[in-house]
Amino acid sequence: MNRNFLIRVFVLITFALGTNYIIWRWLFSLNWTNWWIAVPLVLAETYNFIDVLFFGFTIWRADPAHAVHAPREGLTVDVFITTYNEPIDLVIATAKAAKRIRYPHLTWILDDGAREEMRLAAEALGVGYIKRGENWRNQPLHAKAGNLNNALMATSGEFLLILDADQVPYPEILDHTLNYFDDPKVALVQTPQWFGNVTPYDPLGSQAPLFYGPIQQGKNAWNAAFFCGSNAVLRREALMQLGVSRYAAELEIAVMQALKSADRILAHAMRTTAANDLEVQKTLKTLGDAIAQTRAAIAGGQTIAEATYALQRRISEVSKEMVSAHLSVMAEDLAAIKAIHTETDENWDVILDVEKTTDLLASREFSPLGACEAMATLLRSLDVDRPGEAQPLMPLATVSVTEDMATSMRLHSMGWKSVYHHEILAVGLAPEDLSSMMKQRLRWAQGTMQVMLRENPLVQRGLTTAQKIMYFATMWSYLSGFAAVVYFVAPVVYLCFGVLPVKAFSTTYFYHFIPFMIANQLLFLVVSKGISTWRGQQYSLALFPIWLKAVSSAVRNVYFHHPLAFVVTPKTGHGVRNEWRLIKYQIGVAIVLVIAATIGILRLVRGLNEPVGTFVNIAWVIWDLGLMSILIPALRYRGHQSRENLTK
Amino acid sequence: MNIHTKVLGEGVVVLRLEGKLNMVSAPHLREEVHSSVTAGNTHVAIDLSGVDFIDSSGLGALINGLKATRQAGGDLRIAAPTEQVKMVLELTNIDRVLKTYGDAETAFSG
Repeated sequence: MNRNFLIRVFVLITFALGTNYIIWRWLFSLNWTNWWIAVPLVLAETYNFIDVLFFGFTIWRADPAHAVHAPREGLTVDVFITTYNEPIDLVIATAKAAKRIRYPHLTWILDDGAREEMRLAAEALGVGYIKRGENWRNQPLHAKAGNLNNALMATSGEFLLILDADQVPYPEILDHTLNYFDDPKVALVQTPQWFGNVTPYDPLGSQAPLFYGPIQQGKNAWNAAFFCGSNAVLRREALMQLGVSRYAAELEIAVMQALKSADRILAHAMRTTAANDLEVQKTLKTLGDAIAQTRAAIAGGQTIAEATYALQRRISEVSKEMVSAHLSVMAEDLAAIKAIHTETDENWDVILDVEKTTDLLASREFSPLGACEAMATLLRSLDVDRPGEAQPLMPLATVSVTEDMATSMRLHSMGWKSVYHHEILAVGLAPEDLSSMMKQRLRWAQGTMQVMLRENPLVQRGLTTAQKIMYFATMWSYLSGFAAVVYFVAPVVYLCFGVLPVKAFSTTYFYHFIPFMIANQLLFLVVSKGISTWRGQQYSLALFPIWLKAVSSAVRNVYFHHPLAFVVTPKTGHGVRNEWRLIKYQIGVAIVLVIAATIGILRLVRGLNEPVGTFVNIAWVIWDLGLMSILIPALRYRGHQSRENLTK
Repeated sequence: MNIHTKVLGEGVVVLRLEGKLNMVSAPHLREEVHSSVTAGNTHVAIDLSGVDFIDSSGLGALINGLKATRQAGGDLRIAAPTEQVKMVLELTNIDRVLKTYGDAETAFSG
C-alpha cells in the first residue's frame, strides 16, 4: 500500500479521536470545583493536541522525489568553515576534507577567534583565511551571522557551502546538491546534520532522526525546509538580495524614528530654555525647521540619501556655530553622549538603539545647547551609512542567536525556494556531556523564541499559509515547558490531597482518552519507520527547565532589552564530574513525585482516595519518571571514545 | 567590467562602469571607490550608462561605497542607469535610498 496514503489515514484517525477527546474534556469532564488545576491541565492537553495537529500537517504531503543528476560545470562555489574557539586540529581536519570535495571550489576558514596559529595552519594547508576587519571594532559582532556576513563581502562565489568547524564533508557533497540550483528560484539546499561521535544508545539525544527525516521532508513538500546553520548550500544572489532589501527597508524606518526622537529632545529643550536666551531659541528653531523639512522631503518622495545629505549639511553648520559660541557649556554633555555611543551588546540593532539612546538622553538633564548637540549626534548616527553596524549589508539575519531559521524565513517570504536533500553528506561532532548539550539546546530554544517574538511567522507577508504554519509549529513545540509543569503538578495534588482535575476517572474517561493516545503513538510509529523517537519524547519533558528559561530570557531580551548570553557549545568533552546541580529541578520534581506516590498509596489504604484514580495517577508518575530517567545515563556520559567512524 | 576614472576636481570624481556589475566585479568597484576616497576625492559619481546587468552584489558594492564616502564627509551618487539596472533598483527598494541623476558629470553641481 502507498505509504503516504497510510500516513494520511493515521493522521485523520488521530485528528478525529483527538478532537473527540479534547471537545469532551472541555465540555463535559472539567471539575470546576478545582478549576485552578482543572483549567491548566485541559490547556496543557490542548497544547499537546495542537502540537500533534501541526505534526500531522507537516507530514501530510510526501516528499516529492528529486532526480539527482550531475550539476552543471563552471559554477563558482565558496566553502565556508566557521570557527570561534574550536581546536586548530579539528578545524584543519574539516578543512582538509573540504579541500577534497570533488566539485571545483575555494575553501575558506572563517575564524572569529582571530587566532594567529589558525591563520598559519590555513596558510600551510593552502586554504583561505578570513577574520573580522577593522570595521568591526567596537561594533556589534552578531556572532556566527556576523562572521558569515563578513565573509560574504570578502568572497565572490555564486554558491556557498556552510560548514560548522566540526562538520567533516564527504567529497560528493557539492555534486549531490548543486543540481537543485538549476531552478533559479532555489536559494537553499539543506542536508542532514549527523554525528559520528555518538553511541547507538545516544544518551544525550544528539541525533535528530525525526527532524532530519520525516519533519524536514514534510516541510520540504510545503516549500518550507529550514536552514539549519551547517551542511547547507546557499545562493549568494538570494542572500545579497535579502541584505539589500532589508537595508533599504530598515534604513527608512530608522531615519523616521530618529526624526521622531529628535522632536522629543527638541521639545524638551524648548521647555527648559529661558525665554530671553534668544540665541539658543534661534538655534532650536533652525534645528526644528531642518527636521520638519527632512520629514516633508521624504514624505514627498525624496530619496533617503538626498534628504539625509541635506540634513547633515544643515546640522553641521548649526553645530559649528554652537561649538564656537558655547564650547565650555557643552563639554560635559558631549562626553555623556559619547559614552552612550560606545555601548555595544550582542543583540544590538538600529531600531533598538534609537530607543535606547533617546531614553538615555531624555533621562539626563541636558542644557538646551547640550540637547541640540544630542539631537545632532542622534541624527548623524542615522545617516545612510549605518555607523552602528560594521557593514551596511547584513544578509544573514541578526535578530536572533539562531540566524539560520530567521534567514530562511526571510528568504521564503521573498519568494525563494528551499530544498531538503535527505542524504548524509557530512559527519559532525555532537556535544559530549550533558552540560554542553544543555547549553546548545538552550541557545536553539532562545533563538527560536526570539524569532517568534520579533518576526512572528503568522504575520509575515509573502509567506504561504503552509509556510507560516511550518515555522510556527517549530516555535510552538518550544512552549512545552509550561505543559510539563502542569503534568507534574496534577498527579501530585491528586495523590497527596485527593484533588481531582476531572469529574471522575471513570470508564467514560478511558473511552475518550485511550483510543486517542494509542492512535497518536501509532502515528509516530508509522511516520518514523521504526527509528526511535523515544529519546526525543524523553527530552521534550526532561529538559523542561531549559524550555522555561528560554522563553523567559527571550521575552526579557526582546521586550526589555536584556542581553541574551550567547554560549558557543564546546565540541570536545570536559570530564567535569558531579554535575548534579545541572538537573537540580528535575531531581526535585522526581523526589516530590515519589513522595506523592507513597502518600497516594497510604491514602488509598486508609480509604481516602479511590483505587482507579490512584492507579491512573501512579501510572502517570511512573510515565513522568520514565521520561526523566534519561538524565541519569546522560549525566554519567563522558563521550564516545572511538572516532574511527568519523572519516569515510 | 571596466572602470574609467575621471577626476573633475574639488573632490569630485566620476567612475564610468562598463559591462556587468555582479558578484565577480563588485569587489573591483569597492576597491576603486576606496582608492578614490583615500586620494581625497570623496564625492563619487557612478556612471551606470554602460552597465547592462547588475545583481544584488553589485548593489551591495554601491551601498558600501555610499558608506565609505559618507564616512569621509562626501557622498556617492548614481547616474544614467539602463532599464535592467532601474528594474533591480526598484525591485529591492534601493530607489528609495539612492536618487538617480541624469548625468554623472553634473550629479554634484548645483
